[in-house]
Amino acid sequence: MVEWTDSERAIITSIFSNLDYEEIGRKSLCRCLIVYPWTQRYFGGFGNLYNAETILCNPLIAAHGTRILHGLDRALKNMDDIKNTYAELSLLHSDKLHVDPDNFRLLADCLTVVIAAKMGPAFTVDTQVAWQKFLSVVVSALGRQYH
Amino acid sequence: MSLTSKQKATVKDFFSKMSTRSDDIGAEALSRLVAVYPQTKSYFSHWKDASPGSAPVRKHGITIMGGVYDAVGKIDDLKGGLLSLSELHAFMLRVDPVNFKLLAHCMLVCMSMIFPEEFTPQVHVAVDKFLAQLALALAEKYR
Repeated sequence: MVEWTDSERAIITSIFSNLDYEEIGRKSLCRCLIVYPWTQRYFGGFGNLYNAETILCNPLIAAHGTRILHGLDRALKNMDDIKNTYAELSLLHSDKLHVDPDNFRLLADCLTVVIAAKMGPAFTVDTQVAWQKFLSVVVSALGRQYH
Repeated sequence: MSLTSKQKATVKDFFSKMSTRSDDIGAEALSRLVAVYPQTKSYFSHWKDASPGSAPVRKHGITIMGGVYDAVGKIDDLKGGLLSLSELHAFMLRVDPVNFKLLAHCMLVCMSMIFPEEFTPQVHVAVDKFLAQLALALAEKYR
């Protein structure tokens, strides 16, 4: 069981309450596809991903980024049992989507970079510690049901 | 995953823009490394205080960043240019190379925080590749 301090809970809740899901979701997924181009393998049906510019203008990618970010809401609402909250999603990614779970880590890193850019100095050391702890629990839960 | 000439130019350009804040970025990055990945403190047991923001951590972060800037100047031959640094890390410091990735991530976060407009996805991929190549050059003499 993951233990969360009151401070960590407050930090995570605060980040989400100030989050522009569309902006941050789009930016994070686009950044992932640009910085780690092999991740594009999962987006064959998403139209033009020819270069960074087209990726950044792609509305299907933007919509999907928003969707992924809203997927994190479940973890926020169930911080004390993220593992079971994502059991079904983990199976989906394993059995239907066939996503290499290392990609969850890559996307999480891009999300961290985007949030850092948005928050600037407000992304303090303690904030980064709590945020990365949260994401690593999510990433671990999403990879847990792979077989 | 070697750098294209365009990416080398991107790296040089961004590091030049960053130079006024390079000390801050180095100090912050190492502070965040020991905070987010506490196991990295194992390399600093000889310091009285290896906590994030402490004087030895900040000073050492600045030293490391100086090394990274030096590597930018040697971007066309990192393996050759970083030979003695690689020997230092391989035979004396013996830092597990997995930690180079962790520090690189913390550096990217700091760059993004301090230069949000300039640290575009295109700059991000070029700098990430550069730091990965730097790490490889540092690990060259390990075995």
